[in-house]
Amino acid sequence: MQQEVVLALLAKEPSHGYELRTRLRQALGPVGDAMNAGQIYVTLTRLEKAGLVTSESSAGGADRPDRKVYALTPAGQQRVAGWLTEVSWPKPDLAEFHLKLVAAAAAGLADPITIVDTQRRELLRRLRDAQRAAMAEPERSAAGLLLEGIVLRLQADLRWLEACERTWTTRRDES
Amino acid sequence: MNETGAATVLGALALRKEYGRDAGLVRAVDGIDLDVAAGETLAVMGPSGCGKSTLLHLLGGLDRPTSGELWLAGQRIDKLGERALARLRREAVGFVFQAFHLMDELTAAENVELPALLAGVPPRKARRRATGLLEQVGLADRAGFLPSALSGGQRQRVAVARALANEPLVVLADEPTGNLDSEATLDVLRLFDSLHTAGQTLVIVTHDARIAATADRLISMRDGAFIDQTLLTGGSAGNLGSLAGLEG
Repeated sequence: MQQEVVLALLAKEPSHGYELRTRLRQALGPVGDAMNAGQIYVTLTRLEKAGLVTSESSAGGADRPDRKVYALTPAGQQRVAGWLTEVSWPKPDLAEFHLKLVAAAAAGLADPITIVDTQRRELLRRLRDAQRAAMAEPERSAAGLLLEGIVLRLQADLRWLEACERTWTTRRDES
Repeated sequence: MNETGAATVLGALALRKEYGRDAGLVRAVDGIDLDVAAGETLAVMGPSGCGKSTLLHLLGGLDRPTSGELWLAGQRIDKLGERALARLRREAVGFVFQAFHLMDELTAAENVELPALLAGVPPRKARRRATGLLEQVGLADRAGFLPSALSGGQRQRVAVARALANEPLVVLADEPTGNLDSEATLDVLRLFDSLHTAGQTLVIVTHDARIAATADRLISMRDGAFIDQTLLTGGSAGNLGSLAGLEG
């Protein structure tokens, strides 16, 4: 779990770890299903060591276990503010696949079209999973919006694969 | 029978459709074999001009093949006379088009009941069925609306209800989400999914990968022929988190 994400979750108010988990679960929906529940505590411990959060033990009633309430330090607040305005975007890694096709064709080791077909099937299965999850989300849920992003990305990748197939089919037919 | 073990509802054998001749000959559908099982959702995907719409028109009897065989529920239909074919189109096949093709001057309920009325169903029974279908597509409260008062997604849902009016053996949809935004597309996908659950046989031609990915089986089409088939009913491809960039 990225440290800044956990810090930003704390920006609303000082919170227990399990409250952060609930917020995370709401935002991610089924996308967060495979996440390890302990991750958030590991991250919180690291953040505390780095001086970005502080924790206070709160006695949550006699019959409840002691739970720590975490809060941002001024340094933590600064980090969150910086992160929110920072421009970053994951880099798509298309070159590797592209070069795979180029190398396969050049060496005559494999048919680029077959590689494209295999890749398309895999992406379609991923798209199906994401689409099914999106269909199961209530309207305008935060997780639905994230799933829409996954779906749109996969669609873009599939369109590129179509272009790959077209081009490599033409090249094969010409050679 | 076919791969899934269910009875074949719709079948094609060496199906061809050609336009023009000599140097101008276009093989829009170039020798296609197809089996659609009862209850299956099949998507045919390909770029525009690959022949998928022509194929759908052939399957639904809107157009006649140049050669090959077409079977619907065990009956060969490519040799049927005009009247028999028209009846078949009306009663055994439901169509959904990209541009909805609703009658603008009729209300949602009137649009939905029309195919039943044309098939000779008594008006009261047709209306009752239309009401039920509009409820099924989540538009019970829009029954009296004209299409112009409905959103694109709602119009398409009316069109789906209309396609179901005569309890067709198969619903054929041509680019049903082509005119819809992301949210309306999701509504139509949910609707198709509920039809699938109810056992409706569906054939969808589309270039929209989203709709194709929700099918049981996906066929890729290029230049009038099938080039690849993907079964989508198998196990999951992995966790969604990794698709969104979350680690483990």
